[in-house]
Amino acid sequence: MTALETAVDALLERAEDNSVTFDGLRLGSDGDAYTLSTPTIERDGLEADALRDVLTGLDDLEPYVRNWYHWQVRVGAKGTARRAFLRWCERAPLSADEMQVADPVDESPTLPKRNAALETGIDREWGQLAITARFLDTTEPTGERVYDCWHVEDADTALEALEVYDEPSDAREIATNDEDGRYRPLKTAPTLRSGWAFTGLSGRELVDTIGFIYPATIANWHREQRGNLDVDHWVDTAERQTGIYDVIDDLPREAVDWLAEACCVDSQCLRRREWEYEAGDDLEPAGGDGPFPCREPCSLVVAAARKWAILESETEKTYELELTTSEYNQLADLIDAVADGRVDDIREADVNDGANRYRARYLRAKRFDDEGGLDARERSE
Amino acid sequence: MQALVVAAHGSHLNPDASDPTYAHAETVRETGAFDEVRETFWKEEPHFREVIRTLESEEIFVVPLFISEGYFTEQVIPRELRLEGWDPEQWDSDGTSATEVTLEVGDAEKTVHYCGPVGTHDAMTDVIVQRAETVTGDPEVSEGVGLAVVGHGTDRNENSAKAIEYHTERIRKRDRFDAVQALYMDEAPEVDDVTEYFETDDIVVVPLFIADGYHTQEDIPEDMGLTPDYRLGWDVPSEVDGHRIWYAGAVGTEALLADVLLERASDAGATLGDALERVRQETMQGDAGPSESNSSHAQTNGKPVTDS
Repeated sequence: MTALETAVDALLERAEDNSVTFDGLRLGSDGDAYTLSTPTIERDGLEADALRDVLTGLDDLEPYVRNWYHWQVRVGAKGTARRAFLRWCERAPLSADEMQVADPVDESPTLPKRNAALETGIDREWGQLAITARFLDTTEPTGERVYDCWHVEDADTALEALEVYDEPSDAREIATNDEDGRYRPLKTAPTLRSGWAFTGLSGRELVDTIGFIYPATIANWHREQRGNLDVDHWVDTAERQTGIYDVIDDLPREAVDWLAEACCVDSQCLRRREWEYEAGDDLEPAGGDGPFPCREPCSLVVAAARKWAILESETEKTYELELTTSEYNQLADLIDAVADGRVDDIREADVNDGANRYRARYLRAKRFDDEGGLDARERSE
Repeated sequence: MQALVVAAHGSHLNPDASDPTYAHAETVRETGAFDEVRETFWKEEPHFREVIRTLESEEIFVVPLFISEGYFTEQVIPRELRLEGWDPEQWDSDGTSATEVTLEVGDAEKTVHYCGPVGTHDAMTDVIVQRAETVTGDPEVSEGVGLAVVGHGTDRNENSAKAIEYHTERIRKRDRFDAVQALYMDEAPEVDDVTEYFETDDIVVVPLFIADGYHTQEDIPEDMGLTPDYRLGWDVPSEVDGHRIWYAGAVGTEALLADVLLERASDAGATLGDALERVRQETMQGDAGPSESNSSHAQTNGKPVTDS
């Protein structure tokens, strides 16, 4: 039996019990005869045998039958995030239970156009990932899709120059350290290293691979699409903490603004902050333009908040210290360079930059006391 | 459909902390006994808070990759998983006997079978013994050998020591080693004095910890006198006070631990087919261990390095 005949059999079996409406294909029955239509074909009064002949004999129908078989039989998984994500990968329309509101910007191409595009591959971006959906076999088409996945920076790199994988669990190793070999505790930090590719993944394998690189992003995206993303605001999250994190609900309101500005911005995380201080009380910094919704303060933010809650409990004091105007400005340069992570980019001989290493060492040699601290006096009241 | 969720601590600072979790989960994944196998962490992603929604299965078996019952298994994991109606009393445990509670979760229409931690399961006793075999390279290790089972010990949680005592007593009853002794880092009897508790020349020391890290790779080796500075490393075995100490590193890195995950899920009603037998066969071969650790003390992780 050919792949097409298998698909037609499955379709006829389904049509016996229910009418079929899927991606432009309609197949209904009034008990005696079938009605068949696509955007360009319309037939009615077809008896079972005639229907089979039409389905297996009309070239224009083949893509519809194969598309139906791929999604409704091979993939199935109705209502799951996996199915919705794989549909999104090839710009297929999402059904009502997959999406709350149709996105007018992202109108789906017609099936013939989608099929033509799948011959060469449809590209999508998911954070720093480039994903290509394509037909497994273009010489003897069956409608079955496979997926390739690599770093967006490698879009123009030849496959031979990349390390090629096909096991989803290998993605964990890729996501563990950044380009410089440093551990990435935040998986959605924009520091995913390049130089690798996954090829020929099944839909399930693609979803698993992304699960290792950007855990839970597909599940939360799916919830957002359906309009039921559950957001836990700062106060909810802080108040449920126990143990050593019990203190974070002591963090002053304005400090939570500073926390969000420090941690939850596009330069630090690909997630878009959807949580606020509490419902109706938004934080000052914008949530960012990240592709993945962030539904509550993450464990890194909670851990950092503990530190800040302890630091913010200290009383402010006034210090007196001697600095030239340039040295005072240099302190600002140093903080700024560390905060923006540009310390390693400052050239060794660039002594014009206040955060230059020699400038910093000179300041330390001149202004630090014997204990290795900044030489300053606490001013009494 | 059924899923296994392995819930572990993880780390913001050290990627090795989650290596055993991934390694054991992968062993289970390869058996195909579960439709889905997912790792989840307190300090890494996916967080406990979001793991259930990443699964398609309706029946979910959650096994905490923790040594003892206590703060994490009774408070943090159930709270973060949003286990509805959870109460530690439902485990009806004396501190080492938690098995399973079936509950619903707050963020998905799923049934969660919340299992006791791996550390207190009876099968963990076998993992400790297996660890002694692995570190000495001797499947028959027993005669003339003492075994020390080391725990953290803490005043804050009495269950921490209970798990150590439980397995120590079970191994003692097997009458296999010349002596079996529970030792602790933060309470008496202390691991510092390990040689005082054994008359045998050879002492195998197995820390009942999930992952190799600060305690198992820095504190304990220095406390026992294996090395003056952990950064210098140490030999396995090392000579201390006339005894040969075979230091095993964290028991949680032993491949056989995958078997305990399956046992926990099986006790809670998971359908496993022949997965248990296959995993046991594979992981008892000795060298199939989760040797992913990038620790600079790799020479001490399982494979003995003798003086030469």
